[in-house]
Amino acid sequence: MNVPKDLRYTESHEWLRREADGTLSVGITDHAQEQLGDIVFVEAPAAGRKVAAGEAVGVVESVKAASDIYAPLAGEIVAANAALSGAPEQVNTDAYGAWMFRLKPDDAGAFDQLLDAGAYEKAAAE
Amino acid sequence: MLKTTPLNSIHRASGARMVDFGGWDMPVHYGSQIEEHHAVRTTCGLFDVSHMQVVDIEGSGARTFLSHALANNVDKLQVPGKALYSCLLNEAGGVIDDLIVYFFREDFFRLIVNAGTAEKDVAWLNGLARRGDYPVSITPQRDCALLAIQGPKAREAFWQAFPATRAATEGLAPFNAALAGGMMVARTGYTGEDGFEVAFPSRHAEETWKALVASGARPCGLGARDTLRLEAGMNLYGQDMDEGTSPLDAGLAWTIDLKTKRDFVGRERLEADGSKWAFLGLLLLEAGGVLRSHQRVVADNAEGEVTSGTFSPTLSQSIALARLPLGIAPGALVNVLVRDKPLSARVVKPPFVRNGQILVQGEAR
Repeated sequence: MNVPKDLRYTESHEWLRREADGTLSVGITDHAQEQLGDIVFVEAPAAGRKVAAGEAVGVVESVKAASDIYAPLAGEIVAANAALSGAPEQVNTDAYGAWMFRLKPDDAGAFDQLLDAGAYEKAAAE
Repeated sequence: MLKTTPLNSIHRASGARMVDFGGWDMPVHYGSQIEEHHAVRTTCGLFDVSHMQVVDIEGSGARTFLSHALANNVDKLQVPGKALYSCLLNEAGGVIDDLIVYFFREDFFRLIVNAGTAEKDVAWLNGLARRGDYPVSITPQRDCALLAIQGPKAREAFWQAFPATRAATEGLAPFNAALAGGMMVARTGYTGEDGFEVAFPSRHAEETWKALVASGARPCGLGARDTLRLEAGMNLYGQDMDEGTSPLDAGLAWTIDLKTKRDFVGRERLEADGSKWAFLGLLLLEAGGVLRSHQRVVADNAEGEVTSGTFSPTLSQSIALARLPLGIAPGALVNVLVRDKPLSARVVKPPFVRNGQILVQGEAR
């Protein structure tokens, strides 16, 4: 399973990367894209939206199924990756490059409480 | 415990993603469903469809029995090897299954039925035969592998792998079959492309599969099979119709023979009830998601429902089959509720794609 060590994860298969400015990039894991198959549509939340932890904020659709994307932490959406709507297949080819939105968390420390690579790998294998 | 086809270990060794498909452990794709789809439209793909069931109908009453049991008219089958698509209806006119019936001899017809319905089909046919006292035997062939090789290059690839079958199968017109080289080779399919469907004893499954792959056929999963059949405007049992659906409301009127006086199961109700829905295609005109079964379709003041929808790899946009209010015609604009958001779609007459060609008028998304 491709699970980079420098990222954090959720049980609902999102990954998070802490950017230099303190915001968090969020996408779906390689394992998730593999489960979904060919991805043909991504709907990311609009910048400025306040979200709660666990709130459904976007959608990924593959040929075979639609799947919600959840906000891993409470905070504000500060950016959405517009490039993905024209090229959703990037989620398949580069799951950890294809960030869907950036989140400014209410609690900067909450990031460290999320699953690390080892814990995610264990959760995803179940 | 999932049921397996004789090719299960080959699928696993080929890196297939396996899914529970109605109780069968089947490959959904071998890497990319979309690439497999394109392979069938442009060259040649190979599907394991051994989960489907061959049912042989033998005996002196075979034709009379099927003439009563099937909604399409087996009297259209006069030349050995000729095939016919038909619904199997219940007394209420609902669809028990859809199938292909092949005629080989007056005392030998063969049905190929869906996997999920096979058991109830056989029970139903046995019941009909008993009640009508037809001199027939109904035999599900348990030891049978079924492959579909589909695409513009499919027949060539097949002959390259099995040159001995060429003479007997080269002249086959669409919807005709021949018995050649220990196989039943039929020029049929579920993709909208040319090709063969072949049935043969399970023990030859692996070598046959390998020979076809070596001839250039790309293994394709049930995922691509679904997008291909939807583009081809072909119904999927359980989604586009079932026991609660009249074939007249599922775009299958062309398969129901009401011209002759033949007394077939379900006829009375079909004639009494007539058609209540239009069954047509939808082409999504804007971004916002993918059409899926059970989404509501809003057309003027009436509503319909998507029966099956997907993303079409050939059109690069979402398409669907839908049950729509009577009176709605191709060209009409409707809204489909995708996650409660109305998205604009155009009503079109299926098929969307046949023989690699796009047949519907799209519009920029």
